[in-house]
Order: sequence, then structure tokens, then C-alpha cells
Amino acid sequence: MKILIPPRTEQNVMRSVLWLLTAITVFILFFIIFYVMKRGLPVVSLQFLSSNPAEMGKAGGIFSTIVGTIALTLLAILIATPLGVGSAIFLTEYTRENWMTRVIRFGSECLAGIPSIIFGLFGFILFVTKLGFGWSLLSGGLTLAFMILPTIIRTSEEAIRSVPYAYREVSFSLGSTKWQTVTRVVLPSALPGIATGAILSVGRSIGETAAVIFTAGSSLHLPTSLFSSSRTMSVHFYILAREGISMNNAYGTAAVLIISILSINILAYTLMSRFMRKYC
Amino acid sequence: MCLLMIAFSAVSILLVITVFIFGEGTPIMFKYGLKKFLFSLDWYPLEKSYGLLPMIIGSLSVTGGALVIGVPFGLACAVVLTEFSSKRLRRLLKPIIELLAGIPSVVYGFMGVVILIPFIRDRLGGPGFSVLAASVILGIMILPTIISISIDSLEAVPRSYREGSIALGATRWQTTRMVMFPAAKSGIIASIILGMGRAIGETMAVIMIAGNAATIPQSPLDPVRTLTSNIALELGYAAGEHRQALFATGVILFIIIMILNTIANLTSRKRKP
Repeated sequence: MKILIPPRTEQNVMRSVLWLLTAITVFILFFIIFYVMKRGLPVVSLQFLSSNPAEMGKAGGIFSTIVGTIALTLLAILIATPLGVGSAIFLTEYTRENWMTRVIRFGSECLAGIPSIIFGLFGFILFVTKLGFGWSLLSGGLTLAFMILPTIIRTSEEAIRSVPYAYREVSFSLGSTKWQTVTRVVLPSALPGIATGAILSVGRSIGETAAVIFTAGSSLHLPTSLFSSSRTMSVHFYILAREGISMNNAYGTAAVLIISILSINILAYTLMSRFMRKYC
Repeated sequence: MCLLMIAFSAVSILLVITVFIFGEGTPIMFKYGLKKFLFSLDWYPLEKSYGLLPMIIGSLSVTGGALVIGVPFGLACAVVLTEFSSKRLRRLLKPIIELLAGIPSVVYGFMGVVILIPFIRDRLGGPGFSVLAASVILGIMILPTIISISIDSLEAVPRSYREGSIALGATRWQTTRMVMFPAAKSGIIASIILGMGRAIGETMAVIMIAGNAATIPQSPLDPVRTLTSNIALELGYAAGEHRQALFATGVILFIIIMILNTIANLTSRKRKP
């Protein structure tokens, strides 16, 4: 015989269970941030940010890794944004839904699902060894650019699609060509949305380790050219923590890393919600 | 025309990656025989013995563990945020959870090292670096993926479904269980599969906490090595056949991920005809 639980009791029990699980989840996520901040923030100082690592990172600061991170991220964004926005323009403005768009979407979705270590392997074999770039900013930047391309395509596509169709009609009625409409009307209106995608990708590039460590290397020197190897903050943090070089500096690096990524993501989020409020 | 070429950049990058990974990885697989690669237990690169079975089982076990932990918590959050909470709370919590997806994986791994591993070692025994530790950390890492995609699919269910069910006298929970879940099923499954893909593909966090012994774990407290960590641990110094064997590891990982992606893609496509 089936035991009948009154639906109200069942609901109350389930509601408490679900709320409990949610509370635990939110608690864990906050706990991680506070734990790292509590130990990391005291280490962070102007000195820590502006001096180079010494004794393999045991002493000194993280200046060269900050420069490396910024250089690598900029490079990746500069390569990926034109490709991504171009793809999005093609998908939205220049074609109807057909086999071609399906192939492009499928390819981009698959690319999005590929784990970063595979990108690392690929960048290592193609850029570092076959093309002879060595461990360098260029190899790392290209690899990262490939990795963030799907995000940029998807967000730009959404942004371009949400520009009202009337804008285009007005532009056409004024006698402008398709290309003029796209570059002077559609893209400027979609810019905040596109920027959101780019900023989110910056966040992702900063946090990336597996793809970067095998393509950009882990030199602690300040990068001087596209072909110099450089260590990013997350690679630096990984090496400090894994080899137990200096827990203090590891916490400090982690704090800087988390603060920069969170502020970048918050920036992206506010931009996005402003953009959405304008058009939706 | 120029745009057309750019538009195919993603597809061509995918192709180039496939060609290079397979080009480097498959020759050695055929040289020693696929069977040996997939089913041999011995990973001794120095003696030219490249058995990937321990790593395949390792990847599957930590991913399974991650799902056991991540799915109930993730779905609970999604249900609470769509069905059992006020609009204001939802507006506050959803962005927070999504922002937290940005915490880099190395930080999660580090938290595992400093908090979880001492705890497991002292309370449950074993070395601490274990399947259990990796499962817990991966379970937390896949939460944002599961939560945000499940929320999207629950929100995509037409309001009238929920209203109809409540009008018939069903409680909120009955509505969730009998109406919302079945209606949002494909999206929820897709979220779980994508979470699974993320767990299988995760590298740095797993290296830091899983112990990396290339043997089949006998209990959740034993150390384990995954496909991803096998690549990342040895790529730095591997050369010749050894390096090719690491690419072969990549090939297997690649195939698993592609299968998962295709399934996720197909299930979520069914939703919007």
C-alpha cells in the first residue's frame, strides 16, 4: 500500500529541503571568496602590485605577471573580436537560416565545449612547435583568441538581433546600402551588447590556466615583444600553490585575480542590463 | 564575401584543431593497437607502455561524483529561484551565481587543497588527495552551468502551464514536479550534459586535488588521475612517442566531449522547433 503524504506537508518538506540546498550553495560560493580575500588582501599592497617576483615568486610582487596577463588578454581580444563580430554580422544580416548557418552555429557551439587543455595541446603543437613561435605571447594570444571566439560570436549575434528592425528600414529608406546600414546604424546600436561579450571573454582569459601554461610559457621576466614568453597571474598562482613556493604570495595573487575578474564581470553585467533595458 | 570567410572562422578553427590533435595522436594509437590504448592498465611512458584505462575510469569516476553532488544542489537552486522565491530575491541571486562562474578553476583547486583535503585526510582517512575531493570541487564548479541553464529552461515554460496546474488545486511543489520538470526536461538534461562536459574537461583544479596516481581507484578515498591531468602533468617534458601518447589522450578526451556536445545540442534543439 502506498503511504499518502498530504500534499501540503510534502510541499513544506520539499520547500525546506530545496531552500537548505540553495543556502548551502550560496554559502559555499561566498565562503570561497571571503576565505581568499581574508588571507590574500593583507598581502596585497602597492609594493606587491608594482614589484617583480623574486626568488621564483617566493619574494617580491607580481608586476610582470600583471603585465603578462594584460598583454595576453588584449592580444586575444584584438584577434577574436573582428572574427567574432564579422561572423555575427554574416549570420544575422547577410543570410537566412539555412544549412550554412547551421554548420557555423554547430561549429561554434562545439568550439565552445572543447576543454581548455585541448586548446593548450593544439596551441602547443601548432604555434609553439610547428610554426616556431615558441612559448610566447603570440602563441598564447592566438590560442586564447580561438578559445573565446564562440562567446564573442554568440553575444554579438544576440546584440545585433536585438536592434529593432525599424532602424534598418529607416536607414534603407534613406537610400543607404546594406553595408552602410550595418556599419553606421546596426553596429553602433549593438555596441554595448558586443562590448559585453568582449568583456566577459576578458574575464575568461584572465582566469585561464591550462591553455596558457603550454603556449605562453611561464617566464617571470617582463615581456618585451610578441615573441617573449610570459607568465599570467593565474599560471603564477598555480605554480606558487602547487609547488608550495609561497602560500602568502599565492593568496595575494588569488585575491588580485578574483577582484579583477569579479569587477570585469560586474562591469559586463551592468552594461548588459542597461542594453537590455533599452531594447527589450 | 569577406564576411562569409570570417563567418566560417569558427568552423575552420574547429577543423584545424581536430586535424592537429588527431594528426598527432592517432598514428601511435594504430601503431600499438587501439585495444591496448583503451584497455591496458599500464601507463609507463618510459617503457613505451601506454594504457589509458586508469585515466578513462578516473575521468568517468570524478565526473560521476561531480554530478552526484552538483545536480541536486544545482537543480534545487534553479527550482528555488524560479518557483519558491520572490522576484526581488531572484534578481539578486541569479547574477551573483552567474558572477561566481568567473572564479578561475585554479582558485577552486586551491580551496580544495587548503580546506577539503586536510578535512578528508583527518576525518575519513586516506591521503586526502582523492576521487572524493575532486568530485566535491568539480561538483561546485559545475553548479553555475547547471543553475543558469536550468533556470532559463524553467522560465521558458509558458506561464499558462503553471497557472493551469495551480488552478487545478496542485501545490507549488506538485506543479514543479509534475508540470514544470517534464516541460523543461530537455533544457535541464542539456544543462546536466554541459555540466558533465565541463567536469570532464577541467584540468588544473583536478591536478591539484586528485592525487594523480595512474591506477584505478578502489575506493572514493583513493587518488586518481584523469585524462586531462595526464596531458597537463606530462606535456611539459614529454618528447617523441611519449608526447604522441599524450595527444592520443587528447583524442580520446576530444571524442568524449564531442559526443556529449552533440547530445546536448540535439536535446536542446528539440525544445524549439
